[in-house]
Amino acid sequence: MAAIEILGLEKTYMVGFWRKRPKRALHPLHLTVEQGEIFGFLGPNGAGKTTTLKLLMGLVFPTSGSARILGRDWTDPDIKAQIGFLPEQPYFYDYLTAHELLDYYGQLSGVPAKQRKQRIEEVLQRVGLTDVKGVQLRKFSKGMLQRAGIAQAILHDPKVVFFDEPMSGLDPMGRREVRDLMEQLKQEGKTVFFSTHILSDAEALCDRVAIIYKGELKGVGAVEDLTSTVQGRVDVVWQGTQVPASMKALGAECHVSGDTVRAVISEAQQDAVIDALRRERLRLISITPVRTSLEEYFVEKLRRAETSAGGAA
Amino acid sequence: MNARIAYIASNTFREAVRDRVLYNLIAFALLLSGAAIFVGQISIEIEKLVVINLGLTAVSLFGVVIAIFIGIGLVSKEIERRTLYTVLSRPVRRWEFIIGKFFGLAGTLVVNTFFMAIGVFGALLYVAHKFTRPDALILVALYFIVLQFLIICALALLFSSFSSPLLSAVFAFSLFVIGSFAEDLRGFAGMAHGLTRWLATGAAYLVPNFSAFNVISSIAHEQPVAGQLILHNTVYALFYAAMALSGAVLIFEHRNLK
Ligand SMILES: Nc1ncnc2c1ncn2[C@@H]1O[C@H](COP(=O)(O)OP(=O)(O)OP(=O)(O)O)[C@@H](O)[C@H]1O
Ligand SMILES: [Mg+2]
Repeated sequence: MAAIEILGLEKTYMVGFWRKRPKRALHPLHLTVEQGEIFGFLGPNGAGKTTTLKLLMGLVFPTSGSARILGRDWTDPDIKAQIGFLPEQPYFYDYLTAHELLDYYGQLSGVPAKQRKQRIEEVLQRVGLTDVKGVQLRKFSKGMLQRAGIAQAILHDPKVVFFDEPMSGLDPMGRREVRDLMEQLKQEGKTVFFSTHILSDAEALCDRVAIIYKGELKGVGAVEDLTSTVQGRVDVVWQGTQVPASMKALGAECHVSGDTVRAVISEAQQDAVIDALRRERLRLISITPVRTSLEEYFVEKLRRAETSAGGAA
Repeated sequence: MNARIAYIASNTFREAVRDRVLYNLIAFALLLSGAAIFVGQISIEIEKLVVINLGLTAVSLFGVVIAIFIGIGLVSKEIERRTLYTVLSRPVRRWEFIIGKFFGLAGTLVVNTFFMAIGVFGALLYVAHKFTRPDALILVALYFIVLQFLIICALALLFSSFSSPLLSAVFAFSLFVIGSFAEDLRGFAGMAHGLTRWLATGAAYLVPNFSAFNVISSIAHEQPVAGQLILHNTVYALFYAAMALSGAVLIFEHRNLK
């Protein structure tokens, strides 16, 4: 049984005040996320990430299509006890304290009264919200709200969590903590589905990613597959503060940073470069095959989407 | 009652308390004590008349204003601020949310009315120095006022489920005013002819008939209230509120959140 099966969910909004015209925010989307995966849902602003999540949460209704979560129909209210949701830029009842908010949400999710108190302390600890007793949410900073948002999403120990831009509004430490948290969730056997437009986050975390652009799915796959090695290029790093003449002669483009030099060369040149370094008595640090980063893949995909759209027009 | 409805209701009540809604009681107390002291020079009969009339009218108006002002935002504000996202992504049915909100607001008004009622009886004791048997009629008037609040809460929620707070306020206030003259409207409809008669009759029976709930001046004159009227008003208010709430649920069930 898959954790999430999206079966052609599609959403067309009617926009415009006077003369309404249709705007397709999401083309029929087919996607399957297995249990225990960290799945990244990538796309630039306005791609349809939030729309997809809102459809899955039953906050908006699809124009067509359906979905299954943990094998059950996604509109079944009881399945929601098994899922957690962090909305984009979360906002909460600002007259409550974090403890009160989580207690209320725990009640709604059916967490027994006896466990609630302890669970609340646990999740607040886990998201790094300490010393917030008695503080109303209206006095929370953006990053604190984001943390409260993550806390409410994992409060009831859900099997599948949906995070819409979980790192947004967080400082570098916070990002790191959220990344660790997602990894822990995976370790606990949970499924994590999160949207982002920050590719390095996805690259470091995800088992698989999907790329969506203008409401259309552009690619799905394991990060390793999408970031396949570039044929025949290697990255060489050695110790040194300047570029030796012999390297210039080989036509390699070198970059000096601190006391290391890096060059990207073709595989064919590899032996010549190593010989040159040995002659100059420079210490070699590493030789690694070059991979395209997810970012390059992404940009490439989008550029192709743009040109094909341009060509069709 | 289902537990989630109770949780939503109590959170709604808590919000009203934290938003200092109950501070209206201070204004009410000032008004009433001012009146009691001011009319304290005239005969006891007139004093009682003034305190009961003024007190109960204030209870009703304060409550209506609160019901409308909180009611119109109950759903639309939660959609606007997106606080609903993290509620409806839990095992909460949409209808439970609406019903929970209704009970939360109704509960707020009942508590508020309870304190105001204490105020009215206090003022009465101050001017008359003792209670007499007919004073118990005040309880009937208060009961009718609370029934009226139930209708208004349900209507405000209905409007809140599809329109902006401002429009909802306009709709709800208009209905309150028209409803207070429902009996006159029915009389007028009876006199009209043709299409106007049909439309006026339809409108007269569709708007809530608040005239029947206003027994303030008759009980101030110590006229008894018929048991049948109590029964009729109870059934009418519950039925009307249930209809308005069903409408709110039907609309909200199909609404796309912003
Ligand atoms: N309520 C709505 N009415 C009309 N159009 C909408 C509505 N919500 C979203 N859209 C449109 O749908 C498209 C997708 O929006 P969505 O919010 O899903 O993007 P996103 O991928 O989450 O972007 P971001 O990274 O900026 O959060 C956008 O073009 C947006 O204008
Ligand atoms: Mg978004």
